[in-house]
Amino acid sequence: MATFLKNKTISVIFLSLASMVALGWTLKQDDETNYIKLDKAALKKDSIASVMAFKNVYKVLMSPRCVNCHPKGDVPLQGDDSHLHVMAPKRGLDGKGVYAMKCTNCHQPKNTPGQHTPPGNPDWHLPPADMKMVFEGRTAHELAKQLVDPAQNGNKNIKKLKEHADDALVLAGWNPGEGRTLPPMSHAEFKKEWLTWLNNGAYAPAK
Amino acid sequence: MITLNVNNKTYQVDVSPDMPLLWVVRDTLGLTGTKFGCGVAQCGACVLHLDGEAVRSCVTKVSRAEGKKIITIEGLSANNDHPAQLAWEEIDVPQCGYCHSGQIMSAAVLLRENPKPTDKDIDDAMSGNICRCGTYPRVRKAIHLAAEMQEKDKK
Repeated sequence: MATFLKNKTISVIFLSLASMVALGWTLKQDDETNYIKLDKAALKKDSIASVMAFKNVYKVLMSPRCVNCHPKGDVPLQGDDSHLHVMAPKRGLDGKGVYAMKCTNCHQPKNTPGQHTPPGNPDWHLPPADMKMVFEGRTAHELAKQLVDPAQNGNKNIKKLKEHADDALVLAGWNPGEGRTLPPMSHAEFKKEWLTWLNNGAYAPAK
Repeated sequence: MITLNVNNKTYQVDVSPDMPLLWVVRDTLGLTGTKFGCGVAQCGACVLHLDGEAVRSCVTKVSRAEGKKIITIEGLSANNDHPAQLAWEEIDVPQCGYCHSGQIMSAAVLLRENPKPTDKDIDDAMSGNICRCGTYPRVRKAIHLAAEMQEKDKK
């Protein structure tokens, strides 16, 4: 009998301890510090969708209509074969040319009529010398990383990058003047892919 | 009617707003110093100054020039004595001469923005002005001389 009581006491103590541990564990589950928060922003990130969208974005950015004004050198490119611009106009500090060779000396506010005549835009220019924003020769991985880096993209945050899809010079790529091919998709399709890339985390494709 | 300020004079011209500025300057105002070369901004023969910039007037619509200051080769100086004009004469730069109004107008912008241009600066500034006679070495020499003349004038 004594042994039975002793065993029962031990069982009660054991069960009590087990209950306390279980209760403590349960309480700990509700503890904020141990709670796995679901970040809404993180939920929106989708690296696969982002990278897939950037593949299409990259096709546009590497088309002559975009890359010609994002050269690796200080002379813009020209034509569907992206040759160096005839007359070799130079970038200049502000990207608007130098001396008698400023962009808007030839590039008018609107396209000049005729095959291969100067395309127009009121703000025709290259990126400035202190932030060249080179597209030419960049891999998809390199360009994606560059585009989201404010130190390399013209100090743009994600909001400004989204707005940039409707920039007048970006839109000019789809109104290039006579004798020039268009980018490989419509502006609406490009904008959709651009926003999909950014909204899903702006992931860079693998190297 | 379009109002233009050309060589510090005001003109009223009855032309289409889309007419090239070169046509207005030459055919309407009779200022024939500015030349027609290629008509598509490739040669530089038609360069004049629009608010001080060396604009190609063959592709510039006259509407762009409204309210701006237009200077042609005839108005570059009071007595054909801009340093570039004097240097051009001194070096005897032209051969046929057709492109040299444009050459001088481009050189004038360079000399204003860079009073002591190097050979590279000259190439960067003048690479859009084509000379069929190949007077480029004399153009370069004349710009260096014009820079010296301009410097002396300041002293």
